[in-house]
Amino acid sequence: MSTVYALLFIVATVVLVVGLARKIVQYAKTPAPLKIPTTPAPVTQSGVVMRMFREVVFFESLFKSTKWTWIFGWLFHMALFVVLLRHLRYFMDPVWLPIQLIQPIGVYAGFAMLIGLAGLLARRIFVDRVRYISAPSDYLWLLVLLFIGISGLMMKFVAHTDIVMVKQFFTGLMGFSIGTLPIDLPLIIHLSLVLVLMILFPFSKLLHVPGIFFSPTRNQVDNPREKRHLADWAKAMEE
Amino acid sequence: MAKAEFDVPELQEYVEVPELVEGTMAHLSPFVAKPDHNTALGFPGELVDDWHDKVLDKLDDLRSRYRSLQVYLDACVKCGACTDKCHYYLSTKDPKNMPVGRQDLLRKVYRRYNTFAGKYFPWLVGAKDLTRETLDEWYSYYHQCSQCRRCSVFCPYGIDTAEISMAAREILDSVGYGQKYCNEIIAKVHDKGNNLGLPGPAILDTLEGLEEDVFDETGVEVKYPLDVKGAEILLVTPSADFFAEPHVDGLIGYGKVFHEAGVSWTLSTTASEAGNFGMFIGSYENMRRVALRIRQAALELGVKRIVFGECGHAWRVAYSFLNTLAGPFDFLDPRYPVPQHICEFTYDLIQQGKLKFDKSANDDMTLTFHDSCNVARATRMGDKPGGQFDIPRAVIKAVCNNYVDMDHETIGEKTFCCGGGGGLLTDDLMEVRVKGALPRMTALQNVIKDEGVTHMAAICAICKSQFTKVLPYYGMDMDQIVSVHQLVSNAIILTGQKTDEDETDADDDA
Ligand code: SF4
Ligand code: SF4
Repeated sequence: MSTVYALLFIVATVVLVVGLARKIVQYAKTPAPLKIPTTPAPVTQSGVVMRMFREVVFFESLFKSTKWTWIFGWLFHMALFVVLLRHLRYFMDPVWLPIQLIQPIGVYAGFAMLIGLAGLLARRIFVDRVRYISAPSDYLWLLVLLFIGISGLMMKFVAHTDIVMVKQFFTGLMGFSIGTLPIDLPLIIHLSLVLVLMILFPFSKLLHVPGIFFSPTRNQVDNPREKRHLADWAKAMEE
Repeated sequence: MAKAEFDVPELQEYVEVPELVEGTMAHLSPFVAKPDHNTALGFPGELVDDWHDKVLDKLDDLRSRYRSLQVYLDACVKCGACTDKCHYYLSTKDPKNMPVGRQDLLRKVYRRYNTFAGKYFPWLVGAKDLTRETLDEWYSYYHQCSQCRRCSVFCPYGIDTAEISMAAREILDSVGYGQKYCNEIIAKVHDKGNNLGLPGPAILDTLEGLEEDVFDETGVEVKYPLDVKGAEILLVTPSADFFAEPHVDGLIGYGKVFHEAGVSWTLSTTASEAGNFGMFIGSYENMRRVALRIRQAALELGVKRIVFGECGHAWRVAYSFLNTLAGPFDFLDPRYPVPQHICEFTYDLIQQGKLKFDKSANDDMTLTFHDSCNVARATRMGDKPGGQFDIPRAVIKAVCNNYVDMDHETIGEKTFCCGGGGGLLTDDLMEVRVKGALPRMTALQNVIKDEGVTHMAAICAICKSQFTKVLPYYGMDMDQIVSVHQLVSNAIILTGQKTDEDETDADDDA
């Protein structure tokens, strides 16, 4: 059992890293032949960095759009971020001080994440426009994340898992030695769903994570009059 | 009120987000292009037999050439933030007119043939086979998008449905399923130099007429030159400016401003069109060919600067793409941006105090300003972001006493489309044009009622034509739409011009 999971985690990590890398290379290699920032847009590179920062950290455009989606979406993402940081302690020994310090917040973040996800799910079910555009996979992703969160919190508050053993398993795995996992239902659910998420990430809409950094409407400097912006295939037309 | 074969929405105080009703606009498609017009643009004349494979090939080709398309096909999370942002959805309730609904028409085919999940689990991710019906659906709904980019403002990833609809139109064109209105016009530009197919002598005739009119009105000899070699400025303006109201009043205004600035300028027969419909059909090749005429004209006439007249999508192609498509413009005077917008030109002169105005000449109007989509969300004026909002307003305020903005949620970067942009300005699409104008008409109606606004100014030939047609459907008057430089023209006092005061003085003397 532990061996199966150990192997699966290695496979999932490889799929995640290679899959994402391939997508990122594809995005980076595909030319953006015209300047199409959504204006008003920054006129300098540092301005673009600021715009991207506001977009990634505060979800600026979503905020302009709909406050409910923004509240739930932002809550979920920020909480997820804190929860992920909190999980770093399973992969390092000794644990960095900052990671130690956020441990208590991490638990609240777990709940915040669930609230955010539940809100997003409710929106998907009850707003006719969002329901119309949702495919089964759109619901499934929310459910996967919800169950990851619920199983995680269960291990904390309902059926305690032997965390020390889990940590040994993962730190061991990072040195390619296979340890043993405690066999608890919540933990198995938790880890299985995380595996699903890691493996499907590069083939799904979760590509919005690298995607946003490559979005020409957000990452271009507004300077077309000053600089020509010629793609290679467009240059070929001039010859 | 104009007669219509469809229900014209009634204006309420607000535009409420409607509950969706499927298929309300499925019946509407524009006329299909004739074979000659397709072939003139380098496309097959009619729908080719192996369209299925050709469509998929073209999709691959475009994905490899446009990062926007590739990223936008992948990145949408179906958050729904864009669903209530499109004027066509708000007014037609058709979910395929929601930006994401529109994107999905292409995305579901992309997923089916190009993604792992769509190949093996199509039902799971909403992937669909490419069929003849798909093609017709694309043709219908990608011609119900004015490429206004309003959706891209609100999408957390900046997904711009305009990019998708341009790609879809290019795919359709590449298999011989082009739209009559756009392709006919591009063919005319390639052939005659402008969208309307106006020959050189007709333009010359118009311009001479304008010179006479302005002389009669002001007693000043303002010139409207055509094809003058060695002029300093080449003015490129939408061909509608050569004859239709209120466009031509704008052209009169440009001429007066140039006259007062004391610069020599000229129009060109071969570049007698600022518009570039190549953008609407997503064709880089056609857009480039149309843009190169302007470079050619500038070289032949030996001008030092290029200035564009009032036109929205033309300004996008000019500001954002011209340098890329037809540059470098190192043969022009480097002290000026290439190209410049006529509003930037006028604004600079106003700043320098070089223009004299009698604002009261516009006192019969209370004005508001319609931000045109392409100017607002795809370009800039001046040095600072947002100059595209401030500069035209500054020009209007310099020449008018009464100005009010519409609801702030409907202007600036959030401006609502006139309903007729993006290659939709054709009678066969009247239904979607009239309906799509609803949010703008609502905001206009509100300032008319609450603030006593009488006229709306715009800096886009398509907006002006569209409003002229559509205002009557909503019980307003077609004359309520004016050009910004028409206002300038009304108020400007030309050096040596006989003014009313002179006349009164003269009366007193007598
Ligand atoms: S670009 Fe404009 S018309 Fe097209 S889908 Fe977006 S909001 Fe609607
Ligand atoms: S706002 Fe963007 S991510 Fe959200 S549904 Fe619309 S296109 Fe997709």
